[in-house]
Amino acid sequence: MEAVNIFVKGIFVENMIFAYFLGMCSYLAVSKTVKTAVGLGAAVIFVLGITVPINYLLENYVLKEGALTWLGAEYASIDLSFLSFILFIAVIASMVQLVEMIVERFSPALYGALGIFLPLIAVNCSILGGALFMQERQYATIGDATAFGLGSGVGWFLAIVAIAAIREKIQYSNIPAPLKGLGITFIITGLMGMAFMAFMGIEL
Amino acid sequence: MSEVAVEEKQEVKAPSEPLFSPKNKRLITDPLNENNPITIQVLGICSALAITVQVKQAVFMSLSVLFVMIAGNWIISTIRNLIPSRIRIIVQLVVVATLVTLVDLTLKAYVPDVSEKLSVFVGLIITYCIIMGRFEAFAMGNKQWPSILDALGNALGYAWILIAVAVVREVFGSGAIWGWKFIPESWMMSNGGFYMNNNLMILPPMALITVGVIIWIQRSRNTNLIEA
Repeated sequence: MEAVNIFVKGIFVENMIFAYFLGMCSYLAVSKTVKTAVGLGAAVIFVLGITVPINYLLENYVLKEGALTWLGAEYASIDLSFLSFILFIAVIASMVQLVEMIVERFSPALYGALGIFLPLIAVNCSILGGALFMQERQYATIGDATAFGLGSGVGWFLAIVAIAAIREKIQYSNIPAPLKGLGITFIITGLMGMAFMAFMGIEL
Repeated sequence: MSEVAVEEKQEVKAPSEPLFSPKNKRLITDPLNENNPITIQVLGICSALAITVQVKQAVFMSLSVLFVMIAGNWIISTIRNLIPSRIRIIVQLVVVATLVTLVDLTLKAYVPDVSEKLSVFVGLIITYCIIMGRFEAFAMGNKQWPSILDALGNALGYAWILIAVAVVREVFGSGAIWGWKFIPESWMMSNGGFYMNNNLMILPPMALITVGVIIWIQRSRNTNLIEA
């Protein structure tokens, strides 16, 4: 039940875009049409769903203070947490590479549709942000961590598809010229963030 | 004979450009306005929004980025000829991750309260597109000194937006700058006065709207930047 709560919270309350602004760069760059937005959003769900649990295992069995006790009692005092940034980013980079190879092998059509966006995910801050939030919040089980990863991914997907749909329509409206493009996108995202704040405090 | 040869060689090298030639100066001034990393190139937005509730956080964040960018650009431009192009992204990530770990531990040691408020966002400097972008676009193809200047310019361009947003949000959101409350307590509505802080400014969405307004102002002053 806790996992469901974390999943729903990740989508609405602690939305990566509206509450923490993670992955804004690609959110702004790729949200011009709904089609590309859906592709990138799906890839983000996928990669977050894989990397957060892997990093969870890494954190709990290698990095955390006392995490190495499974090797023997004399390793109990080792604290490798200063290595976490480097190892997390290595896991993310290699997972993205792996996902890219698998998608290319089994679904060339999807691979072609995603194009440059797949490798770009390696430097999408929402992925590393997911791993770092997982580390900070210390989820109890790997199931909770996976739910958090998937929920954050779905929240990101929702945000980018919604803004892409709005941007497609807004091309036909009469906005002040200096606000066109980037400016209005920022302001709309702010308004959407206010709407999402209505979900604050929801507990399941 | 050999001495003459050395001297000649130096003379050939001598007309190299001065440290602050017009070209080098443009490396610093361009990113401040016309090619600003945040408002024009749209890079490194995540932190610009998340940590601008207070000026203090914004200043420390800017200093961290300044350090990581200058050191990183310098390292990358020093070793650029040794990096095989196929694994350059991983090499760049390792350099950034190392520098960011240094910054994170330093902040934790000397300013623990700021470090706590910045939380995961210091770690996220690793994935800043702005830093990777400078490595890819500049340090991989330029000498050390221009790379350092380029990093300095871009970090300052990033910093001024960050600090501008933070000043607006802290002044209207908490009636203070750097934690110093300049609005007297007796003016506050809770004490029977007329003034009330705009709590909306502290919440995340107003950061987006503030940056949107900055972009609006910047583009209406410089009409070349308007998107078609």
